[in-house]
Amino acid sequence: MTSPLLHVTGLGIGFQARGALTPVVQDVGFTLEKGRTLALVGESGSGKSITALSLARLLPPAARVTGHINFAGDDVLAMSERQLRALRGRKITMVFQEPMSSLNPLHSIERQIGEILELHGTRKRDIRDRVVAALAEVGIPDPAGRLGAYPHQLSGGQRQRVMIAMALVNRPDLFIADEPTTALDVTVQAQILALLKDLQTRLGMAMLFITHDLGIVRKIADDVAVMQKGRIVEAGPAASLFAGPQHPYTKMLLAAEPKGAAPAVDTTRPLLLQTGDLKVWFPVRRGLMRRVVSHIKAVDGISLQVRAGHTLGIVGESGSGKTTLGLAILRLIRSQGPIIWLGKDISSLNSTAMRPLRRDLQVVFQDPFGSLSPRMSVAQIVEEGLRIQNSSLTATERRSRVTAALAATDLDPATMDRFPHEFSGGQRQRIAIARALVLEPKFIVLDEPTSALDMSVQAQIVTLLRDLQARHGIAYMFISHDLKVVKALASDLIIMKGGKVMESGPAAPIFAAPQHPYTRALFAAAFNIEAVSAAEVAG
Amino acid sequence: MTSLAPATRRLALSPINRRRLANFRANRRGWWSLWIFLFLFFGSLTANFWINDRPLLVRYQGQFYLPVFVNYPETDFGGFLPTTDYRDPFVQKEIKAKGWLIWPPIRFSWNTHKLDLPTPAPSPPTWLLSDRTCRPAALLQHKHPPPGEACNALEWNWLGTDDQARDVVARLVYGFRISVLFGLLLAGLSSVVGILAGAVQGFYGGWLDLSMQRFIEIWSSLPQLYILIIVASVITPGFFVLLGVLLLFSWVSLVHLVRAETLRARNLEYVNAARALGLSNNRILFRHVLPNAMVATITFMPFILNASIATLTALDFLGFGLPPGSASLGELLLQGKSNLQAPWLAITSFIAIALLLSLLTFIGEAVRDAFDPRKSFA
Repeated sequence: MTSPLLHVTGLGIGFQARGALTPVVQDVGFTLEKGRTLALVGESGSGKSITALSLARLLPPAARVTGHINFAGDDVLAMSERQLRALRGRKITMVFQEPMSSLNPLHSIERQIGEILELHGTRKRDIRDRVVAALAEVGIPDPAGRLGAYPHQLSGGQRQRVMIAMALVNRPDLFIADEPTTALDVTVQAQILALLKDLQTRLGMAMLFITHDLGIVRKIADDVAVMQKGRIVEAGPAASLFAGPQHPYTKMLLAAEPKGAAPAVDTTRPLLLQTGDLKVWFPVRRGLMRRVVSHIKAVDGISLQVRAGHTLGIVGESGSGKTTLGLAILRLIRSQGPIIWLGKDISSLNSTAMRPLRRDLQVVFQDPFGSLSPRMSVAQIVEEGLRIQNSSLTATERRSRVTAALAATDLDPATMDRFPHEFSGGQRQRIAIARALVLEPKFIVLDEPTSALDMSVQAQIVTLLRDLQARHGIAYMFISHDLKVVKALASDLIIMKGGKVMESGPAAPIFAAPQHPYTRALFAAAFNIEAVSAAEVAG
Repeated sequence: MTSLAPATRRLALSPINRRRLANFRANRRGWWSLWIFLFLFFGSLTANFWINDRPLLVRYQGQFYLPVFVNYPETDFGGFLPTTDYRDPFVQKEIKAKGWLIWPPIRFSWNTHKLDLPTPAPSPPTWLLSDRTCRPAALLQHKHPPPGEACNALEWNWLGTDDQARDVVARLVYGFRISVLFGLLLAGLSSVVGILAGAVQGFYGGWLDLSMQRFIEIWSSLPQLYILIIVASVITPGFFVLLGVLLLFSWVSLVHLVRAETLRARNLEYVNAARALGLSNNRILFRHVLPNAMVATITFMPFILNASIATLTALDFLGFGLPPGSASLGELLLQGKSNLQAPWLAITSFIAIALLLSLLTFIGEAVRDAFDPRKSFA
């Protein structure tokens, strides 16, 4: 081969704002041959997506690009808008992270895929056949029957398959996948990755794969480039990079996976919380009289126990009802069935009677941006619970408790008068934990507290949570779809699907030998990124 | 935990308010508009002291009088009327004979009719008059021919007079004052009502929300102007009657905005977190939901204030506003329309209204910028 398909040298990207240029990518260079896969790895904000967008010159107008992007012998940076249009969607295609917002909700999938074909000169009468073929290729069942389907009628995995079909229908030379599986459940993620790998071998295209998940990189990539703060800090063949990472950042990334295991179950500790056949059913109303015709069973008969100082892991894919279960236990939504807290049924208490109990039952949510009120300072956010639950405290006492709580979560108490937007995602999650911690609760519901964070930050938060548990003897209910994190924290485990328990019991035996087929499929996908056939998952 | 940050300084500006102030000041146009507006507003509030047909201080027969504050009967100064007209040459002569008096810089009030105009009303600004026009009036006032320019001997009307021989500067200043006060009151009251109604609807939702929405739809389709005309035919529409009637309809404008913001905010995680801390619904609404719904509201506020001022001006212009004879920008505009031969009326009122509304809009833009939490300022 005389020249590589894609050759990038000295790529620099900056954003112009108010006369100042902020560099986001500096001196990036890599080479991609036909038929190979290059993974661009890095944490959020490392500039990997911007780099990918620059390859097809899709950057916003404020961006300033320098360097060389050589694609199949042509300089992309020197191309006219007309030449670029011929390039995009035909030679270079992309798939983005969020399949719901990448598809136009008002167009059928036939129209969306057909549009790309039409733009790049396919004859009208051939379009339908090619769309059907493309859908069959990405494994959509009954492709001819699904042509008229709209994006909302498809599942997340199917939407991503449609996106891939759109990207591949013109047989591109370079396929850019920007975190294509991050928004998907683990079992679906494994299927999509298997599909991508298979299509790449068959079509012989080059693939640029952007991800923050090293497990995926190990599975799919031939070459790896690790990005940090807009620079490539280490690059090389995947096998050698994983075997012997050179750069400290790469080593840190590889070491960042949550480690350690939870202590075994100590049955002598008292029972804190118990539920019996807990149900959350949302009524579906129809007709003029708004009769209840059926129910959406978000949580359908869950019985669980939490012992003091222990962690109960709740695992399930999106839509399995695990968050709803957490909200129901905290009495934040209506539910049926007893919730027994320290021997007393709290399921029928009104909000006034619940108030004194709230100091013992706390919660940390998934989104560290949405869970902190943007108009209150950190001190105000953390002390709010104290104002309600400990109204006798003076301002100084409150302040010192806030200081202690922030220090316990490894935040600098001197920053307590700042506002949430001045903190990073990991720091915000620590603030949310401090807000729960300041009341000295006995039990905290952790609703996916790590899934919005970068891998290395995840590991830090897991360590923090484990330390806090050891020091204060707090019980957790840890809700997550990420089995690696759950494995590091939970002593007991409940696997949920469709609002029902699939498997439950002490965590160690389940991780060692899962019994239920769904659990096995889940574990295979999560730990080995192996796709299991849809039929088995459905079981 | 090494340094316990000081818990005092409760009265000092919190960091976010300091940042808001800095953001506000960074918008130079808004910052200057605020100062100009405050200057004008303060000037109009204190108008009684510098533009009035009563002296600030009178010394008469060894006694002090404060005519700005107290209504003295004319009998105090040797006359026989129940109130004193200090512009009356007889009264002036009497006071000057037995004491002295200090006048404000401009000796007209909004309802002072000037009796010795050099031309028929509306009379042009005095500095536009020729010496020949001024001479007869000056002769009449001073009994003997004035030395030099006859117009200089006259009492000046800087912007002329309206068709009832009232000084335009006085009408303008008092009209400005009543317009701004009316606008502030109406905007403030309708915001309070609108924000509360919107927040309650959005936050509690359900039947309350549905029925109030339907009510608002019916309510806002009532013809406002006709109701005002009907009210005006039954009772004399004074300041507070007008305020009340306009308030009946103007509170609706903010409801939809606040309701939408509250609907969005009540499902955010920090509201759930607050609930998990044991906060009551009202406290969540006022501490967490409303402050975050305020930016959209505050963005809207200057326009509501402008709309309130414009509404009053429009009603006065149509003749359904404040009682006849009141000083108001709309009434001045109406005079300008009826007296096209006297352009100083129309030009003055146009410039005043345009300036007022522009200033308020600029201030509003700066306030909106200041409250944007994600706005960075260099």
